Amino acid sequence: MWDYSDKVKEHFFNPKNAGAVANANAIGEVGSISCGDALRLTLRVNEASEVIEDAGFQTFGCGSAIASSSVLTEIIKGMTLDEALKVTNNDIAAELDGLPPEKMHCSVMGREALQAAVANYRGEEWKDDHEEGALVCKCFAIDAVMIEEMVWANKLRTVEDVTNYTKAGGGCAACHEDIEAILEKVLKERGETFDPNAAPIEKSIITAEKKPLTNLQRIKKIEEVLTSLRPQLMADGGDVELVEVIDNIAYVNMTGACNGCQMAAMTIAGIQQRLMEVLGEFIRVVPASQMPSKLVNIQEASHA
Amino acid sequence: MPDIYLDNNATTKVDRAVVDAMLPFFTEQFGNPSSIHRFADGVARAIKKARGQVQELLGAEHDSEIIFTSCGTESDSTAILSAIKAQPNRKEIITTAVEHPAILNLCEHLEKEGYTIHRMPVDRCGRLNLEAYKNLLSDQVAIVSVMWANNETGTIFPVVEMAEMAHAAGVMFHTDAVQAVGKIPMMLQDTQIDMLSLSGHKLHAPKGIGVLYLRRGTRFRPLLRGGHQERGRRAGTENTASIVGLGKACELAIEHMEFENIQVKAMRDRLERGIVEQIPHCFITGDLNNRLPNTTDIAFEYIEGEAILMLLNKAGVAASSGSACTSGSLEPSHVMRAMSIPYTAAHGTIRFSFSRYNTMSEVDEVLKVMPDIVAALRKLSPYWDGNGPVANPEEAFKPTYA
Ligand SMILES: Cc1ncc(COP(=O)(O)O)c(C=O)c1O
Repeated sequence: MWDYSDKVKEHFFNPKNAGAVANANAIGEVGSISCGDALRLTLRVNEASEVIEDAGFQTFGCGSAIASSSVLTEIIKGMTLDEALKVTNNDIAAELDGLPPEKMHCSVMGREALQAAVANYRGEEWKDDHEEGALVCKCFAIDAVMIEEMVWANKLRTVEDVTNYTKAGGGCAACHEDIEAILEKVLKERGETFDPNAAPIEKSIITAEKKPLTNLQRIKKIEEVLTSLRPQLMADGGDVELVEVIDNIAYVNMTGACNGCQMAAMTIAGIQQRLMEVLGEFIRVVPASQMPSKLVNIQEASHA
Repeated sequence: MPDIYLDNNATTKVDRAVVDAMLPFFTEQFGNPSSIHRFADGVARAIKKARGQVQELLGAEHDSEIIFTSCGTESDSTAILSAIKAQPNRKEIITTAVEHPAILNLCEHLEKEGYTIHRMPVDRCGRLNLEAYKNLLSDQVAIVSVMWANNETGTIFPVVEMAEMAHAAGVMFHTDAVQAVGKIPMMLQDTQIDMLSLSGHKLHAPKGIGVLYLRRGTRFRPLLRGGHQERGRRAGTENTASIVGLGKACELAIEHMEFENIQVKAMRDRLERGIVEQIPHCFITGDLNNRLPNTTDIAFEYIEGEAILMLLNKAGVAASSGSACTSGSLEPSHVMRAMSIPYTAAHGTIRFSFSRYNTMSEVDEVLKVMPDIVAALRKLSPYWDGNGPVANPEEAFKPTYA
């Protein structure tokens, strides 16, 4: 069976806040019955302060779905809606001392139920922005839909490309056959054929870049790269924002789950690698917090 | 009370007598059966004896029809790949939608290579339509592969009859009998079955030993070529200890065949009757009139299987589930889906599978804990309200997305 943490077991065997909250004024219902997980989150929100006074869950799902629901209600009780909306699926998983990669979607379901409940309270319509596919890469919990989207969006051609863009296949490599199958399918839809020996896409771009870039071109290119990486960062609950480019240093703000998490260093290194490959020149990516303070002032002044 | 093991279709405990029979072949008679010295003394003879024991359990005509392999999966792959290699002009395979992944994933792979795979559907009770089967048989079909008994529901397919139909159409017939061997009597020499797979660990022999039965005269192409072992049909130095263990296990299976079909069946029947009587909104899946004596698969509506298993495990009961979550896939078991079991029930299926080591008092123990487990989870379920499902559950709770 799954290697669940003690925290997961604790919340499963003794769930907190099970059942519907009386007089709930925010209800979120998400999940997928075909996937065997579904969650109804009910909240009572103080209308003056927007503080979540009570939260309850009803879950059709496995051990980790029930544990994720339980821990979510514990996390958000006492928060304002705006604070609660900042809770990411990684926060939920972290509070449970981690979830197996196959079960990360349980924490995603928790976050979505929360968003749906807040939207319900505010009279908005909540739209699910992600679709889930079969898990392909177990090392980094990347599913087929994500890989397919990235292959489409970035015209990826090789397994190496997929690893560079999504991390999928970058661990034990056991999923490379499945990744090839996805590439084969998408390339066929695009009217191309999959060639396992094709050069990774960046190389062809590098050869295309011959003249040195102007600063404006450089900034534009950097923005393009960040945009292409954004879906993956957002799937991890984070985001990246370009703050300033000075010579060959790009200063970025990492937000959400990326900020301060142990992946941040890896993510920054990954972004830097991508930028160098696409720009065909050396570039360093540095957190904006490390920007020399004088420069920050200059920048602020110029914005004022 | 020690833990209760009701997951014998997943794997079984190795019988003590099997272990005892195996032990000398690790340390004393460890020689290669092909060698000519005293460390190999008696090893070849022990393998021959085991071959005879397997032959007897299967009711095979010749002991040379028994080929030892490394597992049930290898036997399945060998059978199908042999059939297509031996008949390169036949590009179709007939199988069922409810086979084990050992067959289904291989067929899916062959489909990519250009083969046409006919996956016969089943009805709500898990039964095949033999009329439709007959219409699929043609000289384009390389092999029919149909499991003898289903691993999830225990449903038995009429493989003896289906093999005759295949032969009448000039088509080779294989059966994955991994779940059937040792649980129901068979006499292969009176059938038209060409190939049959079995796996040791389902009948109290160790994991990692299997058999492919190959009817004399059936055209064959080996999966592994190399040494002369198994008459060149499966190269690789013999897994001597496990082969000896499997032989012993087959002998014990013959001795216990009546026990399996009377006492074991009585335990299974008592458990499922008790559960269905005590717990509302649950039902037994599969063909109730044509089932293995040791298996019951029960769908508990409005709750999810992995959660049930975790609570059962805490109560000291080991079983298994067809829910998506236990496998890490997003879909509930393909067997439940093939039977059109609704999602709200398919995710809550629990399989209890018995062996001769179980007892009636264990059944009573499970009957004691099961109602509370189901009730506790239903309390958490959005489809449940108080003492019954919410009115019109699929309408009352309609979560958004995919
Ligand atoms: C019907 C069926 N076929 C094949 C197998 C695979 O057998 P093995 O684990 O020996 O490869 C199993 C066991 O899980 C099974 O139940």
